[in-house]
Amino acid sequence: MPLVRIPTPLRPYSGGNDSAQAAGSTVGEVLNSLTTDYPDLRSRLFDGEELRRFVNVYVNNEDIRFLDDLDTPVQPTDEVSIIPAVAGGSV
Amino acid sequence: MSQRPNFVNGLKCRLCGKMHGQQALNFCPDDFGPLEVDYNYEAMKGQVTRESILAGPASMWRYAPLLPLAGDPTVGLQVGYTPLVKASRLAKALGVKELYIKNDAVNHPTLSFKDRVVAVALSKAVELGFKTVGCASTGNLAGSVAANAAAAGLEAYILIPDNLEQGKVLGATVYGANVVAVTGNYDQVNRLCSEIAFKFGWGFVNVNLRPFYAEGSKSMGFEIAEQLGWRTPGAVVAPMAGGSLIGKIHKSFKEFEMLGLLDGPVKTRMFGAQATGCNPISNTVKTNSNKVKPVRNPDTIAKSLAIGDPADGYFASQLIRSTGGWSEDVNDDEIVDGMRLLAETEGIWAETAGGVTLAVARKLIEQGHLHRDESIVLAITGNGLKTQEALIDRIAKPQVIRPTLDDFKSLLAAMNNQHSQEAGQVMAGAGV
Repeated sequence: MPLVRIPTPLRPYSGGNDSAQAAGSTVGEVLNSLTTDYPDLRSRLFDGEELRRFVNVYVNNEDIRFLDDLDTPVQPTDEVSIIPAVAGGSV
Repeated sequence: MSQRPNFVNGLKCRLCGKMHGQQALNFCPDDFGPLEVDYNYEAMKGQVTRESILAGPASMWRYAPLLPLAGDPTVGLQVGYTPLVKASRLAKALGVKELYIKNDAVNHPTLSFKDRVVAVALSKAVELGFKTVGCASTGNLAGSVAANAAAAGLEAYILIPDNLEQGKVLGATVYGANVVAVTGNYDQVNRLCSEIAFKFGWGFVNVNLRPFYAEGSKSMGFEIAEQLGWRTPGAVVAPMAGGSLIGKIHKSFKEFEMLGLLDGPVKTRMFGAQATGCNPISNTVKTNSNKVKPVRNPDTIAKSLAIGDPADGYFASQLIRSTGGWSEDVNDDEIVDGMRLLAETEGIWAETAGGVTLAVARKLIEQGHLHRDESIVLAITGNGLKTQEALIDRIAKPQVIRPTLDDFKSLLAAMNNQHSQEAGQVMAGAGV
């Protein structure tokens, strides 16, 4: 299962965890599973069905805006990082 | 530190509007929206007047009540109040009626508009008790933070991409700052700085001090309005890297309007200039998109504008649209032509970003986006001495002669001959 890295400012909503396993074969599916496990994260990451404007997501250090956004495929061994745009890489 | 009326309410999230106290924080913990300084304009009315401004120092600090400090500034006391040059020869060359150059190429002390933002950010850093400051920079900010930090006795860490112009690297190291070149582009340097700022608790001017820093750019707009005789121009063309400056110039006009300092309402249309090799914001405007798609590998001689993932790109594109402006981008040859045209018509040697601004203005005039009969201000933000690499192989070298009058006479004859040939070609061309 892909591993999702959670940045410091979001850890209050992930039970203090800095990472979590979440199932899915695309970034969208993985983040959906993550926010099913941690419902308080949902509104921090999403504005409706879209990622919030200042939330960036990386798959193995590649910005998904250069890939296929939320439809970017994810392998079970991949690492998905959530990085607030203005807070930089404080993962 | 002396106290004066403080008109700052706090830091407000630009997305959700939630208020936060004045601190070294640049994002809203709820939705990661950028924070912006929020003022009590009602309290300013009657206190901030044309008279109070005219009685102030000949620097950006004549607008101090509209900048986010609690006390008097401690860093960069001489920054700003640069010339607004009526550019008649350039206006003629471009075929427009009323054109001005806001010339921050001669800003004190480091010859770029960045001294404005750094003066505010470092004065704020001192207020907040920071001893160590820093920045991520494409060059101009590096020099400005290094110089102003040196003068203020602050330790500085400057992180830059490892491909910058020599003049900009030297222009930071000379002040004794800790300059670190990072293998990677600006966006990677910027992300690293965010980690460093929060990890070590340092004041990075364009990271955790960014809300205060960005406000410094307003002083460029205040000066334009005051120097035009308390009115705002029909159009402003500003270069865009992170996309902050263009928004702050417009904000400054709106603040003057709110305080009743202007002769008429603000109808200024805002135009943004980028290089084609790094055009995430102009591309957003031109494709009428709602999302800024970052540029992965910026490639332009305008290195000071080479920010592929601009922090304020979304807001800049929205502003351009809402004011009825537009955005364009230009290639390296057009940039060099722009630099030369400004130098040859107005005697102002701007850096590559200035070439971008001028070349984009020319394009917008030809496209009809800029009107030939309106007042236009070009924001020139940096000095050509710092980006000599861009021109060195593109400008004619001096002719060499022996120290005799005969040599000079024959050279003069050859030059006159060449000039008349060129003039003949121009006339022949015009006849086609």
